[in-house]
Amino acid sequence: MIDFIAPPFLFFYAAALCALIGSHARAVLLLAVPLVALAVLLGTSFGQHVVIAVAGFELVFVRLDKLALVFSIIFCIAAFLAGLYAWHVRDTIQQIATLVYAGAAIGGVLAGDLITLFLYWEATAVASVFLIWARRTPAAYATGMRYLIIQVLSGVLLLAGLLMHYQDTGSIEFNHLGLISPGTTLIFIAFGIKCAFPLMHNWLQDAYPAATVTGTVVLSAFTTKMAVYALARGYAGTEILVYIGAVMTLFPIFFAEIENDLRRVLAYSLNNQLGFMVVGVGVGTEMALNGTAAHAFCHILYKSLLFMSVGAVLYRTGTSKASELGGLYKTMPVTMVCCLIGAASISAFPLFSGFVSKSLILDASAKNGYYFVWFALVVASAGVLSHSGIKIPYFTFFAHDSGKRPAEAPVHMRIAMIITAFLCVFIGVFPGTLYALLPFDVDYKPYTVSHVLAQMQLLCFALLAFVFLMRKGLHPPEVRGVNVDSDWVYRKAVPAVLSGIAVWVATRTNSLMSLIVMTVKSVAKWAYTLAQPGGLLAVGWGVNSMVLIVTIMMLLVLVFNFA
Amino acid sequence: MIADQLPAWQIVIPMLAAPLCVLVRNSTAAWVVAMVANLLTLLNAWALFVQIRAEGVIRYALGGWAAPTGIEYYVDIANASVILLVSFISSVVMVFAFHSVRKTVLTGKHYLFYSAWMLCLTGLLGICITGDAFNVFVFLEISSLSTYMLIAFGQDKRAFTASFRYLIMGSIGASFILIGIGFLYAATGTLNMVDLAQRIPDAESKRAVLVAFSFLTIGLMIKSAVFPLHGWLANAYQQAPLVVTAFLAGTATKVSLYVLLRFFFSIFGPDYSFGAMLLNVVLLPAAVAGFLLMSLVAIYQTDLRRMLAYSSVAQIGYIIAAFCIASQAGLTAGIVHIFNHALIKSALFMSVGCIIYQVGHAHSRSFDNLFSTMPFTVSAFIISGLGLIGVPLTVGFVSKFSLIGASMEKGWWLIGAMVLVSSLFAIVYIGRVVEVMLFRKSRMETPHSVGSNEAPLMMLVPLYVLVAVSIWFGISGSTTLDVAGQAARALLGGYQ
Repeated sequence: MIDFIAPPFLFFYAAALCALIGSHARAVLLLAVPLVALAVLLGTSFGQHVVIAVAGFELVFVRLDKLALVFSIIFCIAAFLAGLYAWHVRDTIQQIATLVYAGAAIGGVLAGDLITLFLYWEATAVASVFLIWARRTPAAYATGMRYLIIQVLSGVLLLAGLLMHYQDTGSIEFNHLGLISPGTTLIFIAFGIKCAFPLMHNWLQDAYPAATVTGTVVLSAFTTKMAVYALARGYAGTEILVYIGAVMTLFPIFFAEIENDLRRVLAYSLNNQLGFMVVGVGVGTEMALNGTAAHAFCHILYKSLLFMSVGAVLYRTGTSKASELGGLYKTMPVTMVCCLIGAASISAFPLFSGFVSKSLILDASAKNGYYFVWFALVVASAGVLSHSGIKIPYFTFFAHDSGKRPAEAPVHMRIAMIITAFLCVFIGVFPGTLYALLPFDVDYKPYTVSHVLAQMQLLCFALLAFVFLMRKGLHPPEVRGVNVDSDWVYRKAVPAVLSGIAVWVATRTNSLMSLIVMTVKSVAKWAYTLAQPGGLLAVGWGVNSMVLIVTIMMLLVLVFNFA
Repeated sequence: MIADQLPAWQIVIPMLAAPLCVLVRNSTAAWVVAMVANLLTLLNAWALFVQIRAEGVIRYALGGWAAPTGIEYYVDIANASVILLVSFISSVVMVFAFHSVRKTVLTGKHYLFYSAWMLCLTGLLGICITGDAFNVFVFLEISSLSTYMLIAFGQDKRAFTASFRYLIMGSIGASFILIGIGFLYAATGTLNMVDLAQRIPDAESKRAVLVAFSFLTIGLMIKSAVFPLHGWLANAYQQAPLVVTAFLAGTATKVSLYVLLRFFFSIFGPDYSFGAMLLNVVLLPAAVAGFLLMSLVAIYQTDLRRMLAYSSVAQIGYIIAAFCIASQAGLTAGIVHIFNHALIKSALFMSVGCIIYQVGHAHSRSFDNLFSTMPFTVSAFIISGLGLIGVPLTVGFVSKFSLIGASMEKGWWLIGAMVLVSSLFAIVYIGRVVEVMLFRKSRMETPHSVGSNEAPLMMLVPLYVLVAVSIWFGISGSTTLDVAGQAARALLGGYQ
């Protein structure tokens, strides 16, 4: 039975159907399919289903266990919310791409062997690029092409790695792999690219802000979390991930602070949030993996919510630049409130979803002796608050009045945002519902006095720092009168150090990047002169030159044969 | 009764259709004759294929003359499947041709066009089926001469130069092959391929065999358009009528590759070709340079036909690289890619044919938003394009997977890596066109500057037949891999 209605297949059927039906029916389909898939998922027993033998390989298309379940549930929810948010979209290509992309992501999570994983890995790459291209600008085309090449490169590495792994072990099962051979290392790098590891991350900030308003919401949910799932499945407890994750949480902060495009800020903060999950995978204990799964769950919700609210602003005003926005709370109150809830969740305020998931990872890292990493995560949490928690809502809805008076977001967008916001709060208030879904049994109380207090201290001081800075910017004389004591750290030293580091990191990466770009450019130029229409390789060769080549080749052959 | 004569019918049917096309002289009637003949050929090829699968090798003495004196047809799983492929592609493209030929080929010459096509088909099938080395050359000339004629049917005068260049190069290739066969005859005293395979081991040390081997290498490389001897291909594919290109892309080079396989594996044997003669040293660099450079060139082409032509040279590079692995897995990968690439490339050229039929040209930069006016054609192009890239669930993936698997089994990591790099190039050249077709806003205000509706059904149906077949074989990859594996075993095992 499940053979034909396995959740990923449902999405593909719907995508095929989309080509034939009217635009309203398509929009309904986009809403209905995730719900049906979710129902099927919940009705499926744990274990392997849909096992198909192809060319000597046993492909397991559905392998359901608790880890896969929590990821596929949130993917279905995210697909539903994105479908609701995109109710107004009439672009068939985008709708088909969304369905295929979501289906492939769920398929990747349910894949029980590496080949099936690879199939879906490639499918997510190919389907998602259409969401970027659908913006129909030359810049979006170039970005999409870069994105596609990197994504497929990841797929290609996965393929190479799995073939090597198969040569080594004779097995294509997708279970714990570990960094034990060249094959598994290649697979690790493939996962790392999709997970936006440091220095493999650029595609994310490049591509997500370039997609359509609705496309970004869809993109933000799937690709990277599928990679997190794959890492959790294959490389739990691999220590290097702890440090990779720690770096991931820190460095995007600097870029996020100085970035003006709010959707790009969110892309950086997405990267930073992934860092927390990667740390969780690296620590690899039951609690840490629970934390990773929980954080992925919550993260998809609040990140979608933030992208939705900024997207709604972009949809209404045509811009998502901090410098061009401000004062929108007057006409977009619902969007503003939802954005604040998203911001509170990502900043891990108590009673919001981020709090109940992030503390799992933090505690797990501390419990296992990664104190420096724990500290890095705390610092990163402060950074999150600053750029996502405050910067996004503040510059969009408050700050100086931009004079823009856009209408409130369309009704379907508002409903989508309200549902998402509700889920964020609900999980924050009743963490037990989320904890029940997690792969391992949870014996954890997020709302202890010390937790809440520690978190509130962190948040309040970070908040204070921001307030002071803003006031200083607006009213310098008043700021000077403030009694500066220990909060000098927040007010002066931290910003100075941060901006120093930011500039250093940015210039270093820039000079390195420009070197790479220069090399690539000169190679490309050389290739172009050879390969352009009319170039040496692409011109219609005359008979003389062709005969000359024949002669040379013949000589070569004779030399080799008589040698 | 008929079942015993299947190998002969395979050649006789298309051969008889050729003069018949000339006799009827009327365009539609000639098409009907060619179409019927094609379908009969296809039916025959299928029957032959089934028979081979059931009974094994067939050795058929033509005219009842026994082998050393007369010409023998030798059919095993390897050539039976190539014969099936060629007949299938020809039939499908023939359906497609009805409208396309009316629009693009000089009125009043259609009967000659179909006649040349049937001759070409005769030649191609003959090359595959025959078990006589000299007979290979004869059929090669039949197919080549008719191909030059078909290319010259192209719309403008550049078709003549393209055809002429191909004529020169093709003749050089054919004469190299002839010289090679001549030397083999001198060294062994036989032209029968089975006998040749038996006698060559004794004559290996003779200089004549070495020379024969060298001439055959170059001759076959020219005919199969292996880089850097592919110079004739791009112009020929671009200038020929689109139907001809769609037909040739799926058949002509594939048949040459089959001959290459037959000579190097069945007759000379892999130990001799790749062991004693270091064929790798010549072929492998050519193959790798071919698929890397030609994919790169394809990226920059603005004419779709030229882009696809260079992509063909690149794909031939994959096939040759797979042959060079010279193992069961490698040969399987190469053979499976012969099938898969034939399906994909013919489908791609046919979708370009639909576009040219409606829009009038193939400059990819001006296909702004073509999807809105020709959704079915563009969808077919995209699906086939994904196959060319090697996206999972397409036939291209089956090929890519088995090729990389085979190269890793051999320990050639670098070759596997380069195949992957080259498949990234394929993403760029296909993606570039797809993006324009789907998303680019029309720059011109007048929407009628592009064709405002879909190509005729008689063009779309055959196109989608190919697309459906390639999807089917992409999903159930084991069917083709199975046949290719048997063919590889037959070729590696030598003659029985």
